[in-house]
Parts: sequence; structure tokens; C-alpha cells
Amino acid sequence: MASDVAALLDAAADGIDFDGLVVEDTTYGYRFETPDVSERGIDASELAALADGDPYVANWRYWAETVGGRGTARRAFLRWIEGAGDGADGDGGGDDSRCDDSRCDDADGSERGDDPRRRLADLRDGGRIRAWGELRLRVRLTDAGAERVYDVRHRDDADADPRDLDDHRDPLDARDLVKYDDDGRYRPLSTAPSLPHGWRFVGLDGDALVDTVDFVYPATVANWHREREGRLDVTHWRETAARQTGIYDLVSDLPTDALAWATEACCADSQCLKRRAWDHDAETELDVPRGDGEFPCREPCSLFIAAAREFTQLEGEPEETYDLRLTEREFDQLGELVDAVADDRLDEIREADFDEGANRYRARYLRAKRGADLGVER
Amino acid sequence: MQALVIVAHGSHLNPGASEPTFAHADTIRATGAFDEVRESFWKEEPSFREVLRTLDSEAVYVVPLFVSEGYFTERVIPRELRLDGWDVEDWDSDGTDADHVALDAADVEKTVHYCGPVGTHDAMSDVIVERARSITGRDDLTDFGLAVVGHGTERNENSAKAIHHHADRLRQSGLFAAVGAVFMDEEPAVDDVATRFETDDVVVVPLFVADGYHTREDIPEDVGLTEDYREGYDVPTAVDDVRIWYAGAVGTEPLVADVILERAADAGADVAAAIETVRERTRTDADATAGD
Repeated sequence: MASDVAALLDAAADGIDFDGLVVEDTTYGYRFETPDVSERGIDASELAALADGDPYVANWRYWAETVGGRGTARRAFLRWIEGAGDGADGDGGGDDSRCDDSRCDDADGSERGDDPRRRLADLRDGGRIRAWGELRLRVRLTDAGAERVYDVRHRDDADADPRDLDDHRDPLDARDLVKYDDDGRYRPLSTAPSLPHGWRFVGLDGDALVDTVDFVYPATVANWHREREGRLDVTHWRETAARQTGIYDLVSDLPTDALAWATEACCADSQCLKRRAWDHDAETELDVPRGDGEFPCREPCSLFIAAAREFTQLEGEPEETYDLRLTEREFDQLGELVDAVADDRLDEIREADFDEGANRYRARYLRAKRGADLGVER
Repeated sequence: MQALVIVAHGSHLNPGASEPTFAHADTIRATGAFDEVRESFWKEEPSFREVLRTLDSEAVYVVPLFVSEGYFTERVIPRELRLDGWDVEDWDSDGTDADHVALDAADVEKTVHYCGPVGTHDAMSDVIVERARSITGRDDLTDFGLAVVGHGTERNENSAKAIHHHADRLRQSGLFAAVGAVFMDEEPAVDDVATRFETDDVVVVPLFVADGYHTREDIPEDVGLTEDYREGYDVPTAVDDVRIWYAGAVGTEPLVADVILERAADAGADVAAAIETVRERTRTDADATAGD
């Protein structure tokens, strides 16, 4: 690989204006500017001397050659991680996105504009951090210069002792790592907020970082990038439902009210970290919070379709009046049971907390007394 | 740049469903034949709808890791990938000889080479043989019977065609004393496999993509290897005085990676060297297993 200086001289003919570095080949000689240096009318050897070891030149080279890929989601994501502007030439007007990791006290907090000098200083000194779903992504400069090194862990493990975390370097490992939650339960939805803890990816280059994220949260980077560029292709419920065949053909019959309940049930931030971008159709918004996630959900997913099939069948059943005798507190208890299951709180209810309607003994007592009436007789 | 996408069913319930897909993808990644290799699933992520946009390559070879042609390969996958102008007639198949067709996908600027499924490629017959050899630890199986097990018709008559296709080819190969096609849901039934052959040994190979309820629970019980799958069984197990060598889902055999590459090669991918590497590697692996 040619040196930074040789590459710079090569590119100078077309001019460079990137992350604070400006190089031009004018009729009066070269112009070389960084936030620290400003020289005009210099010759090639003077330019070479200035460029040699200059951090802005090395930074330009990293983005121009190591990352490359102008206009790709991969490049935009790597720029975003370190809070760099992502205009076409990399000199765009800063980045209004926020560092929303409450633990990222070694990043510079909210609303950072893109000051390349400050960014490079941060990257040398502890790095910069972004949250992506439950992931904590960190980028730093390598000791050698402008090359970046990335690491990834669960954001809850931000302050964990590295000795307590299993180290990984191969992005492919991520597929197995995130397959089960901390309790060993299979995670069929990658963006469910149930990412397991206790691991970290270290020493990743940019490509490996993006691959790792794509194995943990597939296609989120691609769709985030499309959304930023104003070309996210949202497919609304009506179109998705209409295209289903086979056993899912019937989901088109899901009433609009029920669709709203279904999104409230399945698409809330407590269940999925994507931000719902779709509605019933382009004209009919669902009056349900969309979520606050960084990356969009552009279409009802396969898990939602499978759940909707069940909901559609439930909605197809006629309502009936049941004559069931319960005390007031027994009636309340049914609500408490539904609440506890819906909020996945059963593990938190203490063995001897008899005030709690979803307490196991309380539930067993209700079943012993009313099981026959409720159709759950033992 | 060229990419390979292996599309498979996956599962919301069974965490093992995606494992063969990952394993074969990794075998192919290791050859470096493609700039990008990605797995995609009907029930897992990335979905068929969104996998193409995760790739930087302009040319994408899509190979379905499915056993037969039918509902998924003809309707679901082309629809979900948004393959403009897809017409099943382009495959010109009678149920077992789909090859490939080049199409544009509506949401990305890429050419998609959509290939026929892994299960009906002729090379899958070799994988069945390889599976039989690795499970028995023998190269010479001319004294053995072979039962190829399929699910059965359900809504897709091609499901049975794929089983018969390989059974016929293997019968003609002369590698086994006898070869039969048997099914879970239709005649001839897998239940009677021990009495269908005159050989002392019968290898039973389910033509399934991944191990799941059917291959781990139903078939071992149907064949009579065990009363209760949870109690396990030996390989071989004697049933009605016949030694049954039960192989489990053939889709987990490492050589399946070779069939995936063959599909891509048929569609024009430049992967000849990778095919050699994979054959060498996966067959060596199998021999090592057989020698244990």
C-alpha cells in the first residue's frame, strides 16, 4: 500500500475537502489546510513534509481507502458511530443524532456537532460510544494512527470487568451468542429487548463491526440508512396482509381495531426495539405509540404475521355472555394475572407474597376453588 | 462483486432449524468464492423481504435450502424477494429439475440469479450416499438396503417426486442392494421400513433440511427404534431382526454445502475452485467421523 503522502499527492489533483482537511492543487502551488495548519503556495515536497504523520491526512486515508464505499449503509453507519458528518464528501454539517447511552460518560453527551479536531481527540482518548438497540458500540483509534478499532458488548455490561466477559473476535460468533436469552430461552425475534449478557467483541475493524451488528440485528443498518436518506420503503399492514397465502391468508380479516391492539401487544419498546414505521395503510395511522428505537420497522415481521393469524381467529369467534360467580377480589385477581403474564413479571413475584394476585399459591387457590367454572379444573 | 444467499425456512419455535443453514454458509464463506454470503429465513431474520438490501454485491445467487420444488420455491420466495417478472414456467420443471433464472428485484439494483432448491439437485444423491457411509462407517454398502424418507404429499405433490427422484437414481447406481422411497404421510409408510427390505442392514436417511420434531421424534418412533424418543436409541438398532442405521436429517451433512455451490455454479457463478475445496473438506470430515 502506498504511503499516506503518496496517496495524498495522487488525490490532490482533484482536490480534497474532508473532515477538516483541505488540499488543492492551484496554479500558485498546493494549498494544505487542517484545523491546526494553513499553508498556501507550497510545492510537492513541502506538501509531503506537512502531510507526513498528519492526523487529518491519516483520517482522510482511513475513510477514502480503508472504508471506502461512498453512499453505502456500511460507511454511513461507521461515520454515525463516531458522530462524524456524513455529507457526500464527509464534510457535511455535523450530526444531530444523540449519544443515548446513559452510561456513555466517556463520549461527549448530547447534540455534538461534528468538530473533526474534537472527534479525533476523543477517538485517541477513550473513544466514542453509541447505543444500537441493546448494543454498546465503541470506536477508538489504534495506537498506530488513524485506523479504527471497534468493540461491541451489551449496553448493560458497559462497566463490567472485562474478565467477566467472554471475548469474541469473529462476527459469525454473534449468531449463536444471541440465539438464547439469559434464561436460555430461544429468541425468535432478534430485536426483542432480551439480548443476553456476558460477552464482548473486541478488535473489530469497520467491516467486522457492521457484520457483527447485522448478525445481532439483521437488516437494521440497511433500513436505518434508507430512512436517513428519505427512501425507506415502508410496507403497510394492508399490503402485507393481502400478499399472504397458505395458512396466513386469513390475516387480511383482522379488524382495524384488533390491528391496533396487536401492535400495542407486540410492537411496544418493551417487546421490540424497532420503531414502527408502518400503519394500517398510508392514509390510516394506528393510534398506538411507534416506539423510540434508533432503527425503523418497515413492515410487519413474520412473528407479527404469525401472531396476527391467531388474533384473527380469536376475533372471528362470537362473543358470549358467561354466568360466572366471583368475589370482587377474585375478579381483580384475573386482571392481575393477565397483567403479570403480559409484563413478563412472574419471576419477580415472591413465593410468599400473597397480596399479589399472580402469586402462584393464589393462582392455585383460585383454580382449586373456581377451576371448574373457568375451564381449568385440575 | 458476487453474493450468495441461502434461503431457508427457519423457525419461531425450534432454535435448531437454522443450524444447518449457518453451517453450510460457513463452509462456503471459508472458500472465499463469494464476496458476501448471507443466510435468510422465512421465520427468522434477515427475512426474505430484507436480505437483499443488506448486500453490497450487484450479482446475487439465491439458493433455497428446501427439499422440494413447490409452495415455497415457486410462490413464497420469489414473492418475498420481489423478483420482478418471476414465472414458474421459466424453470421449465416437471417437479424435480428446476435450474435457475436471472431476474431483477424491485427494491434493490441487483441481478438475482434464482436457483432451484438444494433437495432436487442431482448432487443431493451423492449427499445421501455420503450420509449412509458416514453413519455406517463403511464405503461398501452393496449388502445394505437404503430407505430415503420423505414427509409426503400434504399440499405439494413435488415433495414425493423429489424422494422418488433420488431413490431411482440411487437404485440405478448399484451402490446399495436395494433402495426404497418411504413416507411419513403416505404409502409406502416409513413404519414398515424394517420389513420392506431383504437385507440384514437398512440405512434410513430422511430427506429433510434440519433435524426437528419429525426427524428426532416421529420417525425414530414410527420405525420402531424406540418407544419414546426421549429414551434415545442406538445406531444401529435391531428391529424385526433387521439392523436399522438411522441417519437423521440429510440436510445436516457437511457435503450439502457442495450442492449449494453446484446450484450457484449452474446459474453461472464462478465457483469451480470452491467446489473442489468443499468436496475435499466435507468428505474428509465425513471420513474422520466414520473412523471414530
